[in-house]
Amino acid sequence: MSTACLPFPDGVRHTPSRHTPPRQAGRNAGVSAPRAEARRIEGMDTEERLAGGMRAAQGGDAAAYRALLEACVPVIAAAARRQGLPPDEVDDVVQETLLTLHQARRTWDPARPFLPWLRAIAQRRTVDALRRRGRRPQESHDPLAYEAHPDAGPLPGEGLERRDQGRRLAAAMAALPERQREAVEHLGLAERSLDEAAALTGRSKGALKVNLHRALKALRSTLTRDGGRADV
Amino acid sequence: MSELRRHAPLLDALAGDLAPVRPLAPPLVRALAWFAAVLGLALVLLLAAADLADLRQRMAQPVVLVAALGAGATALAAALAACLSGVPGRSRFWALLPLPPALVWIGASGVGCLSPSPPGAADQTGGCAVTIMALSLPLSLLAVLMLRRTCPLRPALTAGLGGLAAAAGAAALLALVHPHAATAADLAIHVVAVALVVLANLVAGGRLLGPASCSGPGGRADRR
Repeated sequence: MSTACLPFPDGVRHTPSRHTPPRQAGRNAGVSAPRAEARRIEGMDTEERLAGGMRAAQGGDAAAYRALLEACVPVIAAAARRQGLPPDEVDDVVQETLLTLHQARRTWDPARPFLPWLRAIAQRRTVDALRRRGRRPQESHDPLAYEAHPDAGPLPGEGLERRDQGRRLAAAMAALPERQREAVEHLGLAERSLDEAAALTGRSKGALKVNLHRALKALRSTLTRDGGRADV
Repeated sequence: MSELRRHAPLLDALAGDLAPVRPLAPPLVRALAWFAAVLGLALVLLLAAADLADLRQRMAQPVVLVAALGAGATALAAALAACLSGVPGRSRFWALLPLPPALVWIGASGVGCLSPSPPGAADQTGGCAVTIMALSLPLSLLAVLMLRRTCPLRPALTAGLGGLAAAAGAAALLALVHPHAATAADLAIHVVAVALVVLANLVAGGRLLGPASCSGPGGRADRR
C-alpha cells in the first residue's frame, strides 16, 4: 500500500500536542487572521483526516486503520477526562472505545462527520465506566493513607472562629455610614442587581457603586486592623 | 507517546483483524425496508383474510381511517427512530419521532370508540389482542435482525423503539381484518397488547441487541 493512502504519512502529526498547523491554515490564516478562524480550519483538517482514515479502513486498508486508531486515542482520552473520569481509568475507557469503534465501524456514514460519531461512543463508554465505579465499593487497603485522609467535616474550633469572624463583621458593618451599609446589604449580601437596588433605595446606580466601593474599602481596613486578615 | 505505547498491542490486534465492511444504508432506507415487510403482510392479509366490502365500509369512517393511518405512521416513525438510535452520534431526541403519529393514532382510536358497540363485540376483544401479538412477533424478529447490524449504545431504547414499531405495525394490520370499528374495550385491549409487545422487546430485544456489538463489556452497558 502506498503512503499516499495513509491519513498520517509522517506518523507524528496526529497527536494534538505535537500537531503542526496544516498547510492550509498557514496559507489562509497568516499573521493577521483571527485565531478562532485558524482554530476552526485546524479542527476541520483533523476531522477531514480522521474521516479519510475511516473511509480507508472501511475499505480494508489496515495501515490507514492503525494510524486512525492511534489518532483516536488522544481524542477518546480527552472526552473521558472531560466527563470527570479519574486518570487511572482513562486507559480502560480508551480500550473499550477502540473495541466498540472496531465492531461498529460499518455504522459510520462516510457522508457524515467522524468526530461526533467517535465522541458519542467514547462518552457512552465513559458513562459505563463511571457507573461501574459508582457500583464498586470504595475501599482503602493502605492504613497510613486511611489515617492521613482529611476529614470532610469542620476542624475543632472552626465554629468558634467563624462566630468570632461574624461578630467582628457585624460590628464593622454597624460602624459604616448608612448609605454605605445600605449598598453592602443590597448589592453584597442580598445579591440584588444594581437596577433592583437603585429602585429599592431610590439612589442612582452610580451612587450605589461608589458607596459599595467605599464600604468595602472601609470594611477591609477595619477587619485587617482587628483580625490580621480580611476576606472582604 | 507512552499513552500510545500502552495501547499498541490492542491497536495492532484491531488493525490485524480488519476486514473491509460496507457502510450501513441510511436509517431511512433501512426503516423503509422494514416497513416494506409490514406492507407485504398487509397484502397477504388482504388477499387471505380481509372482507374487502366490509373494509371499504369501515374505512369510509374518517376516525377509523385516521387511526389505521396513524398506527402505520407510528410504525414507520418508530422504525426510523430505532435505526437512528443505533447510529452513534445521532441525537437521542430522534426517539421522540413516533410521538406525533402515536398521538394521532391514539386520539383517533379514542374518538372512534365513543360510538356504541355492535352486538357481540365484547367476545372478540381477546382475539384482537392475540392477533396483535401474533403479528408483532415476525415484525419484532425482523426489527431485531435489522438492528443487530447497528451499534445501539442504548440497547434497551433501541429495542423498545423496535417493539413500538412492531406493535404499531401489527395494530395497523389488525385494522384491515377488524370486524368493526374499535370499541372502548377494544381500545383498552389494544393498548395492553401494544404495551406487552413493547415490554417484551425491551427485555428480550435489549438482551439480544446488547452483546451484538456496542453495549460494552458483558453487554450490560445501558438498560435505560
